[in-house]
Amino acid sequence: MKKAARRSGGDGGDGEVWVVVEHEGPDVAPVSWELIGEARALAKELGVRAAAVIIGAGGRELAGPAFSRGAAAAYLVSGPKLDPYSSDPHCQALVGLAARHKPQIILLGATTRGRDLASAAATELETGLTADCTALSIDPEKKLLLQTRPAFGGNVMATIITPNHQPQMATVRPGVFPPPEPVPGDGGDIIASRPRLKTTAVSVKQLEFIPDSGNEISLQGAKVIVAGGRGLKAARNFALLEELACELGGAVAASRAAVDAGWISAQRQVGQTGQTVRPVLYFAMGISGAVQHLAGMQASDIVVAVNNDPEAPIFEVADYGIVGDLFAVTPTLIEEVKRRKASAGGNGGALRIETGTQK
Amino acid sequence: MPINSVVCIKQVPDTSQVRIDPETGSLVRQGIPSVANPYDLYALETALSIRDRHGGFITALSMGPPQAEEVLRKTLGYGADRAVLLSDRAFAGADTLATTYALAAAVEKIAAGSLVANIGSGKGVDIVFCGKQSIDGDTGQVGPGLARRLSFSQLTYVCSLLEVDLKAMRVKAWRQREDGRELLQAQMPVAVTVTEQCSSIRYASLPGLIAAAKKPVEVWSAADLNVERGRLGLKGSPTRVSKIFAPPARQRGEALSGPGKSAGEMAASLFDRLADRGLKIGRRGG
Ligand SMILES: Cc1cc2nc3c(=O)[nH]c(=O)nc-3n(C[C@H](O)[C@H](O)[C@H](O)COP(=O)(O)OP(=O)(O)OC[C@H]3O[C@@H](n4cnc5c(N)ncnc54)[C@H](O)[C@@H]3O)c2cc1C
Ligand SMILES: Nc1ncnc2c1ncn2[C@@H]1O[C@H](COP(=O)(O)O)[C@@H](O)[C@H]1O
Repeated sequence: MKKAARRSGGDGGDGEVWVVVEHEGPDVAPVSWELIGEARALAKELGVRAAAVIIGAGGRELAGPAFSRGAAAAYLVSGPKLDPYSSDPHCQALVGLAARHKPQIILLGATTRGRDLASAAATELETGLTADCTALSIDPEKKLLLQTRPAFGGNVMATIITPNHQPQMATVRPGVFPPPEPVPGDGGDIIASRPRLKTTAVSVKQLEFIPDSGNEISLQGAKVIVAGGRGLKAARNFALLEELACELGGAVAASRAAVDAGWISAQRQVGQTGQTVRPVLYFAMGISGAVQHLAGMQASDIVVAVNNDPEAPIFEVADYGIVGDLFAVTPTLIEEVKRRKASAGGNGGALRIETGTQK
Repeated sequence: MPINSVVCIKQVPDTSQVRIDPETGSLVRQGIPSVANPYDLYALETALSIRDRHGGFITALSMGPPQAEEVLRKTLGYGADRAVLLSDRAFAGADTLATTYALAAAVEKIAAGSLVANIGSGKGVDIVFCGKQSIDGDTGQVGPGLARRLSFSQLTYVCSLLEVDLKAMRVKAWRQREDGRELLQAQMPVAVTVTEQCSSIRYASLPGLIAAAKKPVEVWSAADLNVERGRLGLKGSPTRVSKIFAPPARQRGEALSGPGKSAGEMAASLFDRLADRGLKIGRRGG
């Protein structure tokens, strides 16, 4: 909608900063809490409230945790068509709520679901939406949301504004903002509603869900990725990478050369014609670092490269480089992880990621 | 019964070559080759394989400058039946909201024409295919935007389209999520965005190429569409780019290997450094 004259004496909450909480029952996507922490900071700068929007069953139980992370209000929307998530009913619910309460900013996680919902809702609200932001701030003069994001495969950064429309909407990458420490005891307003959703011809029904298990972890969700290239030499050698990935709770990926050789499925390819990944930790094992490969992984927080060619371009982008034979280095990496786990006293532990590393 | 589909194809610069000029701070696009957005070719293949099974008609649709005709020519070679290019100054500078406004108007025109010509299942357009995202804009917003504007069902991140049931007017598709896959059933008409997990594009056949060379790429301007000019292009775009800059370049980091260092020492120093940066090996959650 066009920047509407702020209504006074409306339902309250005009001009708030909203975060749409992505959840399935009690399970909340971590990015939602990260965003509430950030929303609180943005709201403070604007002199308004930060609020959580919780659509679907189980919202009451999540209001407390949202308050403890910095939300001053929680909008709970429930109704028969809202579980499990489906684009159209959730879009209707969010659009209805936004039309009534007029937030100035709505943030969602840049997940497959957050992007699905945000694009639908922004279209209905006829407002701007900036995808996949990695930094947010408020323009001190105009009080607009400055939305910074990578473009052109990460080769360019752009700051986007939505100057004349409200709400200003953005999806934000998981892991960009640190998760706020919960402060128990902080309360807030609960605004519950059960909207009457239009019955439309557009209907999507979930028939089945198959969670990823073990080494099938999706590259998009993985915090750690161990990728192998032509240097692996044979399909069976990927077992070595699988072991390291498994010890670290991560996923296995590959360069195109390894995929073309038939050593691993094309679904695991990282790069310009494969997937773009941004794990916290990326291992490049026996990968030379061609630009097309870099295009898919250079947004990773930390890159570790193992390659026996000291001139390999991958070392130009690696935070930690090991010049050596991957067949000698990888087993010692696995040993080291096992040793540390044993001395930490855990059994079946994984890599623990304590802080949002860098932006 | 046949299926009438529209495949949205964007011509994009080869993004691995796009750079910011460090001197001027502006985008260097000159001399950079344009390609079909790779995900859109997975979308086209999905449409082609459905046509193989059910018959039907495929229109490839693109909005862009006159050069975008190239990618549409290519789609005709792969077997698209018709190609439409939206090209007009008025479309320039569109963000995703203005893009879906124009593309939706074009889909509506294609649908109306197909009813007259009795193409497809007789429902106008049954499926609109998009790539999961473009590699330049990288938003993934156009597919869902089209679904809303056209009042189609919305299926994003489809990694495999299983079944089209034209009697019940339904499709079944697997959708890729961060935590697994879900099987969804959607009422047609539907807008589908596909991932790279769908089949890659077939080779263009020689007879296909010969037939394609004879087919025109139709070019539509704003005047050919039922649109309000103020909602097109830059004018119709709520977002503005306020600044572009080069990303902080990845620096060559630290070499952990060196003369006299054993593999064990290298491994230990790696995990020490990771621990310093907040990545600790320990009990899960503990
Ligand atoms: C249009 C286009 C799109 C492309 N898209 C992609 C893409 O999406 N993803 C992608 O990855 N590529 C892509 N490529 C291909 C890319 O250009 C490279 O060819 C590819 O990335 C090379 O893979 P690699 O690094 O595994 O193999 P190589 O370049 O052969 O490198 C193998 C490396 O392993 C090292 N090595 C060998 N043995 C050992 C050992 N025992 N121990 C340690 N190191 C060892 C070698 O020193 C070498 O550096 C694309 C190319 C084109 C033209
Ligand atoms: N200008 C365009 N012309 C045709 N299709 C487009 C255009 N822009 C986006 N699309 C389609 O929408 C998808 C998502 O694009 P985007 O939202 O820009 O990431 C692409 O994969 C295309 O299928």
